[in-house]
Amino acid sequence: MAMEYSEKVMDHFMNPRNVGEIEDADGVGEVGNAKCGDIMKMYLKIEDDIIKDVKFKTFGCGSAIATSSIATEMIKGKHIEEAAKLTNKAVVEALEGLPKVKVHCSVLAEQAIKAALSDYYKRNGIDPEPILGKIPPAESCHIHD
Amino acid sequence: MKKPFVYVDNSATTKVSDSCFNAMLPYFKEKFGNPSSIYSIAHDAKLAVETARKKAADAIGALPEEIFFTSCGTESDNWAIKSGARLAMKKGKNHIITTNFEHHAVLHACQSLEEAGFEVTYLPVDSEGMITPEQVEEAITDKTALVTIMYANNEIGTILPISEIGAICKKKNVLFHTDAVQAVGHVEIDVHEQNIDMLSLSGHKICAPKGVGLLYVKKGVRLPNLLDGGAQERGLRGGTENVAYIVGLGQALEDASKDIYDRNKRLEYFRNKLTDGVLSKVPKVRVNGSLKHRLAGSVNFSFEGVEGESILLLLDGYGICASSGSACTSGSLDPSHVLLAIGLPHEIAHGSLRISLCDENTEEEIDYIIETIPKVISRLREMSPIWNE
Repeated sequence: MAMEYSEKVMDHFMNPRNVGEIEDADGVGEVGNAKCGDIMKMYLKIEDDIIKDVKFKTFGCGSAIATSSIATEMIKGKHIEEAAKLTNKAVVEALEGLPKVKVHCSVLAEQAIKAALSDYYKRNGIDPEPILGKIPPAESCHIHD
Repeated sequence: MKKPFVYVDNSATTKVSDSCFNAMLPYFKEKFGNPSSIYSIAHDAKLAVETARKKAADAIGALPEEIFFTSCGTESDNWAIKSGARLAMKKGKNHIITTNFEHHAVLHACQSLEEAGFEVTYLPVDSEGMITPEQVEEAITDKTALVTIMYANNEIGTILPISEIGAICKKKNVLFHTDAVQAVGHVEIDVHEQNIDMLSLSGHKICAPKGVGLLYVKKGVRLPNLLDGGAQERGLRGGTENVAYIVGLGQALEDASKDIYDRNKRLEYFRNKLTDGVLSKVPKVRVNGSLKHRLAGSVNFSFEGVEGESILLLLDGYGICASSGSACTSGSLDPSHVLLAIGLPHEIAHGSLRISLCDENTEEEIDYIIETIPKVISRLREMSPIWNE
């Protein structure tokens, strides 16, 4: 076992689910930046407010890839309002824990989904802020708690 | 099929050699006496420590009385720099010169002296990871207490012009320390010839165990004590000697200083094969640090569009142990200060991979690494949002 990663993290890192892009996505969100070493990009296919398909692309460490992967699993098939409620805590729990210095990856995963939903709402003429709250800009690497 | 195990992280640490291990064994359960006692097993231990001191001295061209055993390279660096500064302070000097890509043992020791009122010049290395002797000469003032510059860099393996810097420090009458932790066993060192006043080295980089190192201090340099205590290490570093490990270090240094030329030829062949193989099979990759002035067994790549920790985890899955200067593996949020010092942008520095070879590596292993790296990189690039073919 490498590092202090749980088996679940390693599983999602070694066999990531839902990797790729959706050409005709209904919502796309990207968070993080290359300077910090983490970028997550989420693609959503939404029909009748249900997330029919989700794909991701991530540049980052093992936990960045694992959190993206499990987050896509957690929202696939869900109503968008439910997906919007996904928290980084839930992502960490689903992965059976993350090392403390890696918790920011789960925050990025939560934000990536919100960014994609925000894009979807905007495309449909809905102001996303009352629903999703403010998505902090990710220009800073220092988002540890 | 048994999973391969390919260890190519020898700049991080090495496996203890048989020769070193066997030399150490009698000092755990048979000749376990305290070297300061007088009965025969104690005398045996004392003799073993002094024999190791002689071997260590011979390996770097020093006198036995110039060798002080310590617990690690970091301890040696701290002792040399902080005590060297105290020594010079008595002469009214308060300036230290180092580089901006030293090991943290040196950088942080210098920073703590800054807090104590010292002025520190961090010479910037160039994009090849080199500094020139002229840079050092120009930085020396009449307030300069100490010059501390690494012999070879731990991440990118560049070898600095230590003999030339030594000559300048001698001419200017400034104390000169070098952290030679990565250089020992890979370059011929003669501390007297090279005008080195203090030199740090560590056992575990040269097939001795972790937990032992030494500081060479030139005769005549009256370095203040590191540990006040008994008469061990000429009273400068009290504490009962770590006899078995000191014996191991002596043996490892004797082994490492033998046949350096032949070993380097072999390692260079492997290193070049690996470098050429990776560069020809993987697009958008660069080698960090001078190709000319570098350790024979060391290479540092940067792959665009991927992150270092992910590379390491996937390589680990293939049984390959290597390291990276990415933030995720450095335990901080920034990528390695060494890669930033040579001018790499953050995003390129995050995608670095260091491979450091040793005597035990085989050509089959090199071929296996050349075959594996492209698979790992393209797999990560496929899922990277910043990678465009």
